[in-house]
This record gives sequence, structure tokens and C-alpha cells, in this order.
Amino acid sequence: MTPRKSVLILGATSDIARATARRHGARGDALILAGRDSHRLADEAADLRLRFGVPVEIRLLDVLEPDSFAAFVDGLPVLPDVVICAVGLLGDQTAAERTPVLADRIIRSNFTGPAAVLALVADAMAARGAGVVVGISSVAGDRGRAANYVYGSAKAGFTAYLSGLGGRMAQHGVRVVTVRPGFVRTRMTEGLRLPPLLTATPDEVARAILRAEAGGRADIYVRPIWRFIMAVIRSLPDSLFRRISS
Amino acid sequence: MKAEGWGRFPRIDGQLVSGWDEMAVLRRIAAGGSMIACGARRSYGDASLNPAGMLSMVPMDRLLDFDPATGLLLCEAGVTLADILDVFVPRGWFPAVTPGTRFVTVGGAVAADVHGKNHHRDGGFGAHLAFCDVMLADGRVIRCSPDRDPDLFAATLGGMGLTGVILRASLRLRPIETAWIREDIFRSSGLDETLDLFGRLHDRSYSVAWIDAFATGARIGRAVVMTGDHAGLDELPAELRQAPLARTVRRLPAVPPGCPSWLLNRASVRAFNEAYHRLARPRRRLSALDSFFHPLDAVPAWNRLYGRRGFLQYQCVLPRTAAAAGLRRLLAETAGSGWPSFLAMLKPLGEQGMGLMSFPMEGYTLALDFPAAEPVFPLLRRLDAIVDDHGGRLYLAKDARMDAGMLRRGYPAVDRFQEIRAAYGSCGRFGSLQSRRLDL
Ligand SMILES: Cc1cc2nc3c(=O)[nH]c(=O)nc-3n(C[C@H](O)[C@H](O)[C@H](O)COP(=O)(O)OP(=O)(O)OC[C@H]3O[C@@H](n4cnc5c(N)ncnc54)[C@H](O)[C@@H]3O)c2cc1C
Ligand SMILES: NC(=O)c1ccc[n+]([C@@H]2O[C@H](COP(=O)([O-])OP(=O)(O)OC[C@H]3O[C@@H](n4cnc5c(N)ncnc54)[C@H](OP(=O)(O)O)[C@@H]3O)[C@@H](O)[C@H]2O)c1
Repeated sequence: MTPRKSVLILGATSDIARATARRHGARGDALILAGRDSHRLADEAADLRLRFGVPVEIRLLDVLEPDSFAAFVDGLPVLPDVVICAVGLLGDQTAAERTPVLADRIIRSNFTGPAAVLALVADAMAARGAGVVVGISSVAGDRGRAANYVYGSAKAGFTAYLSGLGGRMAQHGVRVVTVRPGFVRTRMTEGLRLPPLLTATPDEVARAILRAEAGGRADIYVRPIWRFIMAVIRSLPDSLFRRISS
Repeated sequence: MKAEGWGRFPRIDGQLVSGWDEMAVLRRIAAGGSMIACGARRSYGDASLNPAGMLSMVPMDRLLDFDPATGLLLCEAGVTLADILDVFVPRGWFPAVTPGTRFVTVGGAVAADVHGKNHHRDGGFGAHLAFCDVMLADGRVIRCSPDRDPDLFAATLGGMGLTGVILRASLRLRPIETAWIREDIFRSSGLDETLDLFGRLHDRSYSVAWIDAFATGARIGRAVVMTGDHAGLDELPAELRQAPLARTVRRLPAVPPGCPSWLLNRASVRAFNEAYHRLARPRRRLSALDSFFHPLDAVPAWNRLYGRRGFLQYQCVLPRTAAAAGLRRLLAETAGSGWPSFLAMLKPLGEQGMGLMSFPMEGYTLALDFPAAEPVFPLLRRLDAIVDDHGGRLYLAKDARMDAGMLRRGYPAVDRFQEIRAAYGSCGRFGSLQSRRLDL
């Protein structure tokens, strides 16, 4: 089987990323898994190879180390057709309020780190004249909430960055897609009480990502109801928003 | 978080965390307290329930290695047999042992040392394991096998999660030429004839009988006996030979959540049993793997058929010499009780194997389904007495109600099992509602 496409996944050990990799594997796409835990990456890679018989490569990447990004991109086995970034860190809001380095870490993990790597890959794609960039952001970035505004503001920055990058890339044949999953049952949300109707499975997010790669809107909400909810939430006056979101 | 087994009885409220990876399992174990690992919750009763803490191993579902030279597959405990079939049947491999549903995890299959329709010939799930990795209460991971830490291996196999958390297992797949089974169907008019058929058909790879639980008098134990062997390529008609390993998986609509329990009433079930026996024409046919091994999987969530109160499966095994007498009494007691079983299955079993708490023994196993209604419990106690009288025992993977005495009488290795658990530091740390009820 000759692979259909080559797909690079950043944060490949994330649960959403795993589901996405399996969907791509099932289509016969070749995968490059990037992350910081080489053991887990090796297990994911073995699983994908066995299940789908597709070529899978592993690359180490820590988004907190921007100095390594250029070498990371240069060291890729091929320039992929699609790059998907699932890196993220919810972090501890209360601790981050008291400790600036923790807040900084959340912001770098969700915003500046992923943004910088994606920009490098996007530039290489632009030089080629084709490619798709998918960034997983969050509804938490649509309006800051007392409960998680450090994470939310980082995602807001990431969303704005992706939208701007998309604008710059359009004329070079590169599509940039922003995905807002809503709530998803994963390692990140373990132990949190999530409303069932608004909570997607990782595989649901994966399917939405594959659809978005193929075309359509450049910003997607995995469950469409979220677009409506967030439109309402953004329009609420502060006083009311604070009361209902606390 | 609400939790229940496949029988939906009992239902509890308890803490459930996910074993995303080995670190997550370690974190949960290090947090202390009593806990139990769980898989796909296809065990019927309370073996996978613990209000104090449950660890779902379903997310650990990676296939890690496969060696076509030996047929050994290394995978994580949350991989399901359904996954394995999806990936390996098209390549000509099949699990050495599969229970009546493919939606079990490898961890659950090891922990219950599950048996298939080939137990009389090939032994249980554990007989085809090269090793398994178990995380103990102190966080150590031990790779145990019949040669390395054999005590831990023997206690983990069939040990219902009470030694530790199974992380990975290496299991043997067998080569197949086609995704088809050469099936023979026989009909018997009474118990002796049924057992006789099993005796004569001992060399068949797979065998099982559906029993008419409504039959009384001379018809007690009348059955439809089904045997199977993997069909070779040359046995397929030309049109199937193009893609001999392609599966045909039937999927009917799921039973909806609010399904009322009166659907399964005496009259409808009796009519079904009567018709089933009458319509089963003795014949030979080619059956698709999935419909031969996992017929109930075609109806998602069929466990809702019994309604909200849930149901109990009563599965016992009787040693060969006592089987005829014991089965006759069990079936007579059931048919006369006013609560005849909807489904009744009979299978020959071979020797127990290495697992100290493994269910099988050389003999016959009978499985009966009952609604979890008050009057059923005294009936099951009467069945317990018959099983005891004939030197049999009950299957832990189905059980939600037996008492500790019955367990001790049926499982002579229980003291050895407890010694090994103590030696590995498992007592008090790994436990379930079931183990508490059974004084383990
Ligand atoms: C329709 C149907 C048909 C069946 N047919 C058969 C049959 O033919 N033969 C047969 O033998 N059984 C049969 N069963 C029973 C089933 O095979 C067993 O109950 C099996 O253990 C279920 O596996 P599970 O993954 O659902 O585990 P669960 O039900 O979640 O757990 C079962 C036990 O395994 C333990 N466990 C699970 N995972 C782990 C782990 N990773 N580490 C440690 N302990 C663990 C749990 O603590 C619990 O004690 C059938 C069940 C159904 C619903
Ligand atoms: N779950 C939700 O409800 C939800 C909702 C909205 C958006 N999202 C977003 O969806 C994405 C995927 O999250 P998830 O739910 O699948 O959670 P997850 O499993 O916790 O995934 C987070 C991923 O980010 C990786 N990561 C964190 N810091 C990193 C770093 N410095 N360098 C490299 N990788 C790093 C993690 O790697 P390690 O495995 O090495 O830790 C992990 O793979 C995230 O961007 C998240 O913000 C999730």
C-alpha cells in the first residue's frame, strides 16, 4: 500500500491525538508522531503500525524549548501534507495565580510554543505551495473565566494567532484550521464533572478534524451547539457573565 | 459515578479513574486504599465493582508487537478481542480462545481465565499466554508466566483482579485459512442423548448446546448441539474464495435504554424455546466466524431486555461423572420453578489449567439467565445445593450472590490463592464487592 498522505501530529500522546492518528491510519496515511515522552510515542507507533500497516516515525519535541524548533522541522523525514497540533496544558489556575512561572508555563505550552512550531512548518509548506495546518484551541479562549483564565487567555492567543496565520498563508496554498473541541473526556479532564450533552469523545473530535482538513470552515466547533453557546456568552454583559460562570 | 456489570445487578456509586497509561495506573495505586481494575464490564455481577475505587483499563488499548513466526501478540490489557479480530482475521489469525462475546478486554479475559467452545480440546485463555505483566500494590511490575513467578501467574489467571492490575499480556493467536466455520447442527430429544452427542463429537474443535429450559419429564435436557471447525480454503464455494478472510458482521439495532422487562415473559420465552428447538434442522453449513462465536453481539445492549432491575446469570460446572444426575436435577428444579431461564447453554469443559481460581473442571458447564427478582434468589440457593451435592462450582465472572461457604467448597485452592495474595501484598489493596462478599 502506498501511503495517501503524510500527517505530522504534535502532542501525539494526547487522547485526542491518538484518536486522530487512528483515523488517519485507517485511511492509509503515513504518520509522524511528535511529543516529549519517547516510551509512550514508541507504544503509539507500534500500535498504529500493527493496526493499519502504515509507516510511522517518531520525533521528540518539547514545546517549552523554542530553540529546538528549527532543528525539529529540519529533521522531519518529509515535509508533511498535514500538521495537527494537540499540545496543551490545563494547569492549575489557582497555583498559576500565585506563581508567575506556572502561569508562564501554561501560556508557553498552549500558545507561544505551539504557535512558533506551527509557523515554521507552515512557512515550509508555503514554500512548497500546499499544506494543511490544524491547531486545537479551546472555547475557553472565547471569553476569560475566573476558573481558568490563564489557560483561556493562552488559547485566546493561540486562536488569534491561527486566524492571522491562516490569513497570511491563504495566498500560498496553505489552509489553517482552528478546532474548538468543547468538553472532551480525556486525561486532561479526568475527575471533572462534564455535562454529557456538551461533551464529545476523542473520536468525535478526530472525525471533525479529518472533515475540516478536507475543506470547509477554517474555524470549527466539534459539536455545533458550542458555536451558538459561545456567541451568547461573548455577548453577555460582564456582570451577568460573572454571575453565571463562577 | 454509577457503575454496574453486564447483568446490571448490583448497581453502585463509586469513584472511577482511567488507566491512560502505566504512569496513570501507578498514580492510582500509589493513592492507596482498596481498588479493583475493570475492563469492558462484560462480567455479569459485582466482580469489577468497588465503591472505594475502580480503575478502568479500557484506555490502555495499544497493540505492541506481533510475531508471525510464533503467533504471539503482545498488547495492553484494555485491547478488546473485537480489536484483535478486526486487525488479525484479515491477516489469517484468530485468538486461541474466545468467549461468547468479542467485547471483552484482554485483561478481563486473563482475570477470569475465560473459556471458549474449544475448552475441552484447547484449555482456557490462560493456556495460550506466554506471560503477563502485573502491577502490584507497591507499584512493582512483575512479568509472570508458567516459569517466572509462577505463583503470581497461577493466582492472577482466574484471580478476578485480586492480585494486582494486569498491564499487558502476550497471547498466542492461531493461523486460520478462512473467516468461516464448518458447522454441524444436531438435535437431541433428552439429556442422555445430548451428553452422548458431546461424547461422540469430542474431536470437534468447538462445541456447545442450547438447551430448552422449559422442557420437563423425558424431554429434560433436549437440545440443539452445535459443533464447529475452522473451514479450510478448499471448503469454500468459489464466490467466497476470492476473499476468504473477509468477515460478515451482522449488527441489529440496539435495545433502547427504557426497554420494559415484560417483553421477556414466560409465554414469549416458552414460545421462543419451543420454536428454536423445532426449527433447528440437523444439517451442515458454513457459518461466519462472528455469528458462530458471538451471536449475541449482533444486538447491542441486549442486557437492557431485562429492564431496570437487571438479571443474573447462573453458571455452574459439574464434574463429568456427576454431570448427568446433577444436570437433570438442575434443569428439573429450574423448569418447575416458574422462572425458567430465557437462555440455557451447555458446554463440555476440560481440565482447570494453571489458574488456582479458574472456573473450568473436566465436566459440563450449564449457564442459565434469570431476572434479578426477589423470588429468584431462593431458587438459586436451591440450585447451589444441587451444585454442592455434585461437587461442582460457580463461575465468578457471572456471580453476584453466592456465599463464601459455597466458594470454599467449590474452589479447593482458595487458601493457596490467599497465601499468594498475601505474599505479594495484594490483600486489602485489590478487592471488589465480590471478593468482600466471598471473604477474600
Ligand atoms: C454475552 C456474553 C457471553 C460470555 N461468554 C463467555 C464464555 O463463553 N466464556 C467465558 O469464560 N466467559 C464468558 N463471558 C464472561 C466474560 O468473558 C468475562 O466476564 C470477562 O472477564 C469479561 O471481561 P471484561 O473485559 O468485560 O472485564 P470486566 O467485566 O470489566 O472485569 C472482569 C474481571 O476481570 C478483572 N479485570 C479486568 N481487567 C483487569 C486488569 N487489566 N487487571 C486486573 N484485573 C482485571 C476485574 O477486576 C473483574 O474481576 C461472557 C459474557 C457475556 C456478556
Ligand atoms: N479535553 C478537553 O476537554 C479539551 C477541551 C478543549 C481543548 N482541548 C485541547 O485539546 C488538546 C489535546 O488535549 P487532550 O484533551 O487530548 O489532553 P491530553 O491528553 O492531556 O493532551 C495534552 C498533550 O499535550 C502534550 N504536551 C503538554 N506539554 C507539552 C510540551 N511542553 N511539549 C510537548 N508536548 C506537550 C502532552 O504530552 P505528554 O503526554 O508528554 O504529557 C499531551 O500529549 C489540547 O490542546 C487541549 O488544550 C481539550
